[in-house]
Amino acid sequence: MERTEYVINKSSFEFVNLDSNIHDNKLDTKPVGYLRDALRRFAKNKGSVVAAGIILILVLFAIIAPMASDYTVSFRDPYFRTTLPICTAAKNNPNMDFWDGCSEVELAQTTFELYYGINVESGQEAVKRGEYTVRQVTRELKNNKTRVDNLYTFRLNSYYKVGAYYKNLTLEEYRSIQEYQDRTGKQVLYPVVAKKERVTALLDQLDPSTASSKTYINDDGNFWYKVKISSKAPYTPTAVFDENGNYINNYAVDPTSDKDLYTSKMLVEGDTKQYLYGIKNQNGFEVRINYYEYFCYVHYMAGDGIESPHFIFGTNGDGQDIFTCLAAGARFSFLLAILVSIINLTLGAIYGAIEGYYGGLADICMERISDILGAIPMMIVLTLVRLQLSNKTDIPSQDIALVSMIISFLATGWIGMASSVRMQFYRFKNQEYVLAARTLGARDRRIILKHILPNSLGTLITGSVLVIPGVMFSESSLAYLGILDLSTSTSTSIGVLLANGQPYLTTYPHVILFPALFISLLMLSFNLFGNGLRDAFNPQLRGSEG
Amino acid sequence: MIKYTIKRFCLMLFTLFSIMTICFVLIKSLPLVVDVGLGKDAEFLEGIIEARGYRKPVMEQYVTYLGRIFQGDFGVGINMEKGTYVLDNFLQRLPATMIINIYAMLISVPVGLGLGIFAALKKNKWQDQVISTGVMIFISVPSYVYAFLVQYLLCFKGGLPLQMKNGTDWLSWDMFVSVLAPVLSLSFGTIAGFARYTRAELTEVLTSDFMLLARTKGLTRGQATIRHALRNAMVPIFPMIIGEFVGIIGGSLIIEQIFGVPGVGRLYLNSITTLDYDYFMFLSMFYTAIGLAAGILVDLSYGFIDPRIRMGAK
Repeated sequence: MERTEYVINKSSFEFVNLDSNIHDNKLDTKPVGYLRDALRRFAKNKGSVVAAGIILILVLFAIIAPMASDYTVSFRDPYFRTTLPICTAAKNNPNMDFWDGCSEVELAQTTFELYYGINVESGQEAVKRGEYTVRQVTRELKNNKTRVDNLYTFRLNSYYKVGAYYKNLTLEEYRSIQEYQDRTGKQVLYPVVAKKERVTALLDQLDPSTASSKTYINDDGNFWYKVKISSKAPYTPTAVFDENGNYINNYAVDPTSDKDLYTSKMLVEGDTKQYLYGIKNQNGFEVRINYYEYFCYVHYMAGDGIESPHFIFGTNGDGQDIFTCLAAGARFSFLLAILVSIINLTLGAIYGAIEGYYGGLADICMERISDILGAIPMMIVLTLVRLQLSNKTDIPSQDIALVSMIISFLATGWIGMASSVRMQFYRFKNQEYVLAARTLGARDRRIILKHILPNSLGTLITGSVLVIPGVMFSESSLAYLGILDLSTSTSTSIGVLLANGQPYLTTYPHVILFPALFISLLMLSFNLFGNGLRDAFNPQLRGSEG
Repeated sequence: MIKYTIKRFCLMLFTLFSIMTICFVLIKSLPLVVDVGLGKDAEFLEGIIEARGYRKPVMEQYVTYLGRIFQGDFGVGINMEKGTYVLDNFLQRLPATMIINIYAMLISVPVGLGLGIFAALKKNKWQDQVISTGVMIFISVPSYVYAFLVQYLLCFKGGLPLQMKNGTDWLSWDMFVSVLAPVLSLSFGTIAGFARYTRAELTEVLTSDFMLLARTKGLTRGQATIRHALRNAMVPIFPMIIGEFVGIIGGSLIIEQIFGVPGVGRLYLNSITTLDYDYFMFLSMFYTAIGLAAGILVDLSYGFIDPRIRMGAK
């Protein structure tokens, strides 16, 4: 290979800094502290940031929702049980059928007529928009005969389907409702059907042996129309229609027309003051009330801000508003978890610090203790504590569940924290800087608190954050298994909501859906958030992809 | 290694014994509740209580209890399964629990390892992203939530039985179908755990120097992965499988409850609700021992593989 010589002119050279001294310049960048660095690396992890945002939203939900909601945890409605979620925006939007408080059902003729009757009488669309489709099913009977049944498919509104029922009112209540009707123009009272013409009475006449065990008994108030009942079992009451195909009302006509009863100007359509709205009895009146409107009336009178039944997540089997319960339960679980987390952090840090710093015999003994405590499953600790507590009489019985829960978490919860702190102490206690501090005369307490403990700051923070979902998970599992019941009349927890939803899993899945969704989302975001924190606090991962 | 094993085993026995003592004292210091309802033979129960000395001082009872344990007598039911021996009843219920866990393991191990290996090979590609996201979701979401989903979608809509069937034909097809729902619910979390662990181990091995050497020797990627990477990655994965299997027996309680499995879990919950102390005592010890055994098995197999742990290095 041929070598070429490059010749560079002397004039091309130039001195750098010939006339100034070269000093050490101060760094232009700011020094980055441990926490700031952790924060910066945490912010790079998109998943964790999103998770932190979700956690924040869930916490805000838990704080704000119980205040914003008109309902309370102690609100229980006997008629609006397992009603479906409803959202005002979805009511008239055909694309949001899943949130309109209705469910698609296929029912036999009798039940369909019953619900359609509610549409006709009160205008409350139990059958959504009055739309339905009929399907004919041929059934084979025993004696080689066949029967054709009509099956109706429609969207059943779970709020309106309650319809009307008979209720005994005192005279004052009766008058008060009538006043309310006149003032608001809402019909609460509907004409009654004479006692001996009600479906239950008719059924009892046909077959007294099965009296009062009829499935229609709850819906007695909804048979406001004329029916004919088949003479053989299963005695299905079917509606009688007039020549135009309309229901014929079966209202009792009041011959005496006791004008005392009609202070209300509200009358059903077609009434010329001949129908009876209340049957006098020894206590007052038996009336037929429309429950939906009666609910509005009761809450209007109570002045608690509830205008109409409107449950955004539906109600559970006890008639509680799931939205409110979920938020209240979440708030309770968060508070409990944070409390446990703080105590665990303190206990674990102290215990682990002593173990790790002093080592030797103290370490061995303390390690055995935490080994033993740590090996007992949570469930056993809880059961034992609960049994012991309920044996003592000086604790009110409604507090036992909560107290035993806290005690058992305190008994075993700090062990993980203690062992990670202990590990950190083992790593750092023999390092030169600790020796230097000791040589300078620092006491044990100063070395522990000032020099070694800050090293485990990351572990402590990550650990105490991850305790929160752990507590919520344990609480919900234990409540689900029925070992722990943290609900009282005014409070509830996520686990209790899940456990209460289980019986309705196949019939009303929404009862369990929301608590399950909530806890899943919470667990997922806490895990992501925890992972992000752990990586952020681990200086070894600096610069690597983590 | 033998010395280490013996040491660990003795420590485990010591822990178990301490827990047993604590539990026994706590449970027996409670007043003895005897549930004599309608048609229940009060004299018979009273006879058992007298004969077994259940009204004597706690420490005296404990000495007798320890003596009986060595004869395989863990007490008899008072409030629950009256008069039956705890151990007999337990052994009768054990197969139902075991069968679910074994099936769950049979599903989880191949699927979990497969997903993990696949994700490791496709590291940082979209396949890996999908698997990792799924793993994160399945690890985080509590197992009872899958159980609800499985119960609703597969059992209610899909036609699988809602509850596990009774009977002792453990290996029949009918039994397999009836346990499929609980097995699936148990498997999701385990699969995710295996996949995550396998992926982490395998990616570490795949980037090590000896893999580069294997490739430079002329092995194809497949050959190198199967012969060198997988074998090395399996070293920590295998003990995890053992530990998980033992741990899952203790953790399947809630799934057993949801799917009505006639197993140990139901026995345990019943013993808590009916306050049957002998059953509670024995089953508590069972679950504690399972937890301890899972831990010790994992530690031992690690020690077996990694000499540094065996030497007790901190």
